[in-house]
Amino acid sequence: MSKINVPTNSSSSLQLSTGGVHERWRLFKDATARYGVVIGGLGVIFAIALIFFYLLYVVYPLFISATAQSVNQYDVPELALGKTLMLEIEEQNEVAARFTDSGEVIFFSVATGKVILKESIKIPEGSKIVSFSQGSPVSEGAVIYGLSDGKAVIVKYQYKITYPNNIRLITPLLTYPMGEAPLVINEAGDALEKIAVTLGNDASTFVSKTANKIHISHFEKEKTLFSEEGTMTRTDAVIDYSAADVNHILIDKKEKNLYLLSTNGQLALFNISNKTTPSLTQEQTIIQSGQTITSVSFLTADLSLLVGDSSGLVSQWSKVRGKTNGFTMQKIRAFKVSNKPVVSINAEQRRKGFMTVDADGALGIYHSTSEREMIKEQGDGSGVIAATLSPRADVAIVQSANNKISYWQVDNEHPEVSLRSIWQEVWYESYPKPDYIWQSSSANSDFEPKYSLTPLVFGTLKAAFYAMLVAMPLALMGAIYTAYFMTPKMRQYVKPSIELMGALPTVILGFLAGLWLAPLIEEYLAGLFALLMLVPLSVMLFSYAWQYLPASVKQSIPDGWESAILIPVIILSAWLAIKVSIPLESLLFHGTLRDWFKTEFGIGYDQRNALVVGIAMGFAVIPTIFSIAEDAVFSVPKHLTVGSLALGATSWQTMTKVVLLTASPGIFSAVMIGLGRAVGETMIVLMATGNTPVMDLSVFQGLRTLAANIAVEMPESAVDSTHYRVLFLAALVLFMFTFIFNTLAEIIRQRLREKYSSL
Amino acid sequence: MIKLWFKSGAPWIWLNAAAVSTCMIMVIGVLGLITVRGVGHFWPSQVTQYTYQEEDNTSKIIIGEQVEKSVTPAQMAKATGHKMADNEDTLVQYLIKTGNRDLTGTDFIWIEERNVKAVSEPIDMMVVERREWGNFYGRLVEVKEDGKSIAIENEAWPVLQEKITKTLLLFKEIAHLEKKEIAGVNYGLERLRLKERKLELENHLDAAAKQQIAVEKSAYDVAYKQYQSQLANLYQNIRRDSLLAKTESGDTLEIPLFKIVRAFQPNAMSLLDKIVHYGVKVVEFLSDDPREANTEGGIFPAIFGTVMMVMMMSVIVTPFGVIAAVYLREYAKQGFTTRLIRIAVNNLAGVPSVVYGVFGLGFFVYILGGNIDQLFFPESAPAPVYGTPGLLWASITLALLTLPVVIVSTEEGLARIPSSIREGSLALGATKLETLWLTVLPMASPAMMTGLILAVARAAGEVAPLMLVGVVKLAPTLPLDGNFPFLHLDRKFMHLGFHIYDVGFQSPNVEAARPLVYATALLLVLVIIGLNLAAIVIRNNLREKYRALEG
Repeated sequence: MSKINVPTNSSSSLQLSTGGVHERWRLFKDATARYGVVIGGLGVIFAIALIFFYLLYVVYPLFISATAQSVNQYDVPELALGKTLMLEIEEQNEVAARFTDSGEVIFFSVATGKVILKESIKIPEGSKIVSFSQGSPVSEGAVIYGLSDGKAVIVKYQYKITYPNNIRLITPLLTYPMGEAPLVINEAGDALEKIAVTLGNDASTFVSKTANKIHISHFEKEKTLFSEEGTMTRTDAVIDYSAADVNHILIDKKEKNLYLLSTNGQLALFNISNKTTPSLTQEQTIIQSGQTITSVSFLTADLSLLVGDSSGLVSQWSKVRGKTNGFTMQKIRAFKVSNKPVVSINAEQRRKGFMTVDADGALGIYHSTSEREMIKEQGDGSGVIAATLSPRADVAIVQSANNKISYWQVDNEHPEVSLRSIWQEVWYESYPKPDYIWQSSSANSDFEPKYSLTPLVFGTLKAAFYAMLVAMPLALMGAIYTAYFMTPKMRQYVKPSIELMGALPTVILGFLAGLWLAPLIEEYLAGLFALLMLVPLSVMLFSYAWQYLPASVKQSIPDGWESAILIPVIILSAWLAIKVSIPLESLLFHGTLRDWFKTEFGIGYDQRNALVVGIAMGFAVIPTIFSIAEDAVFSVPKHLTVGSLALGATSWQTMTKVVLLTASPGIFSAVMIGLGRAVGETMIVLMATGNTPVMDLSVFQGLRTLAANIAVEMPESAVDSTHYRVLFLAALVLFMFTFIFNTLAEIIRQRLREKYSSL
Repeated sequence: MIKLWFKSGAPWIWLNAAAVSTCMIMVIGVLGLITVRGVGHFWPSQVTQYTYQEEDNTSKIIIGEQVEKSVTPAQMAKATGHKMADNEDTLVQYLIKTGNRDLTGTDFIWIEERNVKAVSEPIDMMVVERREWGNFYGRLVEVKEDGKSIAIENEAWPVLQEKITKTLLLFKEIAHLEKKEIAGVNYGLERLRLKERKLELENHLDAAAKQQIAVEKSAYDVAYKQYQSQLANLYQNIRRDSLLAKTESGDTLEIPLFKIVRAFQPNAMSLLDKIVHYGVKVVEFLSDDPREANTEGGIFPAIFGTVMMVMMMSVIVTPFGVIAAVYLREYAKQGFTTRLIRIAVNNLAGVPSVVYGVFGLGFFVYILGGNIDQLFFPESAPAPVYGTPGLLWASITLALLTLPVVIVSTEEGLARIPSSIREGSLALGATKLETLWLTVLPMASPAMMTGLILAVARAAGEVAPLMLVGVVKLAPTLPLDGNFPFLHLDRKFMHLGFHIYDVGFQSPNVEAARPLVYATALLLVLVIIGLNLAAIVIRNNLREKYRALEG
């Protein structure tokens, strides 16, 4: 590619251009290449648009509303076998079950209503079913029948899945986990008007209501060392509570809390950790006077109660740690579901959502955390007998008063997230107050995911703020000096060196920050503060002293070499600051500065904190800002500065009044681009902070940024899950942040370039 | 006077100068820190024997390398719970690497200088680098073969060295058999299974095909059995020898030789020995596989993975970057579109790298990769082939990330070519394409080179997106090997930058791994600074050249 080649090549193409076919072939190639290049060039816009729209495409489903579709309606199977007490759907949405008040269980096809199996519960002669409830937890698949003679029958409904001929076949069956003989709950033989049960692995608790008493019966399996079959020990207790009005009994799955609700809105909470001496923790009215409680259900995990009343309001009550350290029931939020009484509440089994049905048969699906109304479908006005939601919450069946079952397919993928739950305070279960919390996953399936991006955005801005605090003065002042005062000879080396700093992999900076700088700062905290004061001070002193040096010394070093002379001064004063650090701490703060902050101001100290991040990320951002700002200052037209100097201004006056003013848009865009980089930096914050998503302004506390959060959690999130999409949302937010900064910076720079060329 | 001085602006100029100095000190300081720590790692340090008195006056022997020294003032030491005598001003502590993790459970201990009663550096102190449990420090007692002693005391050392050399040769042979031959057989069997499954899916699995598969399979089985017996033989040989060593507490420990990488007596080494040792360790670091959860041994797979990824990326990014730059400079009319493209380029450069990772994971891996799997590799379902992070997707993602670097640099190069050259070419009858292809682009090639080098430097140091699209902490196989089709674009790979993050922060024994991380960081910094300097030199030459052309 020497210069000589060029004419040779051109002349050969001149000769070629005389051929006819060849000519056309050349033109064709030329045109093709033109299109190719145009497409390639526009491809850049396409790429950035693709990134944006792809992120949007993944995020979008979070915010679309759910849909429910009535697929089929069929007659209630085996209507003659009694009134429906409960409906149930199994995991695969193939088989549903209807439990009747006559002790029959009818299994039928969810889609068509075709009867698959009917079976009667074994109830002894002479006794009648007076009460019924679903056992807790729902996943156990148990129901209990309370009988008129003080006995109870527990039945488990199970589904056996087999694959004959590679086709899935689901066979329902009923089993009796506590034996086929009814369990004697009430020795006196009083009718069990209401009953509830919680079945655990080793222990089960029954709570029953007779005429005006509440009984607790607790069975505990004593495990012996050698056999699985232990002996059952039974403890019984009567709760001292006037039970006459009690209409709903709920026991949580840990068998520690018992909730009794009466129709008129009285809630009594008992602590039944000790099964022999249950104690009343709280008693209060939980609905407005004049209304009645029409339905009650636990939200999954049994930490909150959903209470539906006759005015169509569903309120969520949760145990909240109060000021005096005790737990009290408090209303966390409420949903206005309908104007009619809420007759049924079905909690989703795996999410914090629930389905409500009102007296008119209107169907609603809500999510508690995000406070979203996902689905609202009007009913036919004929009233509702029973309704249920499938375990995966994608199918619902509703039996209406005109003895039809309607089969709904529900598409409700991401109810957990709403704009409100992402950006505003949310009152999570068991939290004392609404708060911003990011806690996306846990080992426990009862977990309420907490997707508040606010602490992450806060962390991002905090990290960027401290980084800019470090980077801006150093980079801008350095740029001013390098571009305007430094001798060209030195600038030739200094500029590439600082730009080289930008090429350092951030993973190395992060590693140094986390494993070298963080312990160092912890040890020499006072030294760092001393350094901040001592270095500028000694520079000033030195420069003041400089003018009194003999002229011969001064002249041996011409202007523009100041920064070279200052290097030993700075190193010396920094060394001094570090040296005095420990003596200073023990002298002034009686121990360490960290402890002093802790005891005096209550400011805790994390080893990997915002200070470390600020320094490390500042280091990473300096070259970006420096390089652009230096260019901006350097390319200020010379005639401006020369003119100013000629008019008698000092070089510093020229700098501040002429050069900086002219270059200010460029400097602004440098800061913008630096900020964009600080906001999106991942590895440094990942390694130099503890990655704790806390909202604390303190410089000694850790933080978690959007970018680090993505890097930490993305590999573990399931594709297309809510968590995955929320992480994409975080990426989109980052993208938007930097897009705004960069576009702004680029537009300003383009303007500036035009301005310079016109000057 | 001072007022006047401030008015002259001199102090502000000095302060600005101080900012530059600070930046320079920081750059040089960081580079120096990495260099010093990274270079020191391979030097064999002396093994010291301390006679140490515990708090309860019992005395014990501690053997190890001094790693760190810390000096704490008395007041602070008291605050952290140390007992200090009145006449003591400072508490001096040493961090000693004692090794022998299998016996004591820790690699390092802190000791206090005031309790050290005697220090010596016995010449017969032996350091054994092992394949598991880290280093061993102690004295050699005897060398055993088949459980029988063959050399004791002074004779043992030369015999041990000889035996270790032999064992290492055997070990190499075993590694070759296992990693190359048997892995090849396994790979062949897997391909056969996939072939069978594919035929089955296409309903072509007839008797003839089955027959052929069975034949091939049996051939593999025969080979496998043969390798297996060779391997058994080798294993028997390699397990024969062992050494018996005495630890600091006087216990003896038998270490099988096949678990030993090397044994040396640092206190007995001359300077030349140490230099040779250093060289060997550096070579091992660059060319060996990692051991002990990446905290020991080499980083060859990480270097290889980085190079492979960067090469793949270069192949992808160069044409696109150059075409976009050519469009901007040579074809487009300067106006709204070019402004838009420039904004897009700047945004591509400014979008956080982790966003590229997210995009790469979602779009390339799951959408493109998932569809490729469905179309071309239905036989391997449910295991994904391209539908999972891997080398190809990592390269494409990073190509997208570094695109702006190439565009900006190439465009700058194109801008420097005087328009007289283009006009000359066009005037002589060349088409625009010919002008471009034969004159402009060759002249701009150093600029493209600069862009590419800068892109490579950027890609080599980037970690965040790679964590999402294909990097793993330990890849069982390299992306390039002797099994057809040789280059495995779907494989996951190791990467220097991620290695630093992983070993420095995710490793169970961070303290022991730290020197290795510094060494890795040094290597990465050297590569990146080298690349950047190369780019700067090329760019400067280019400028000189065109200055001559213009003049």
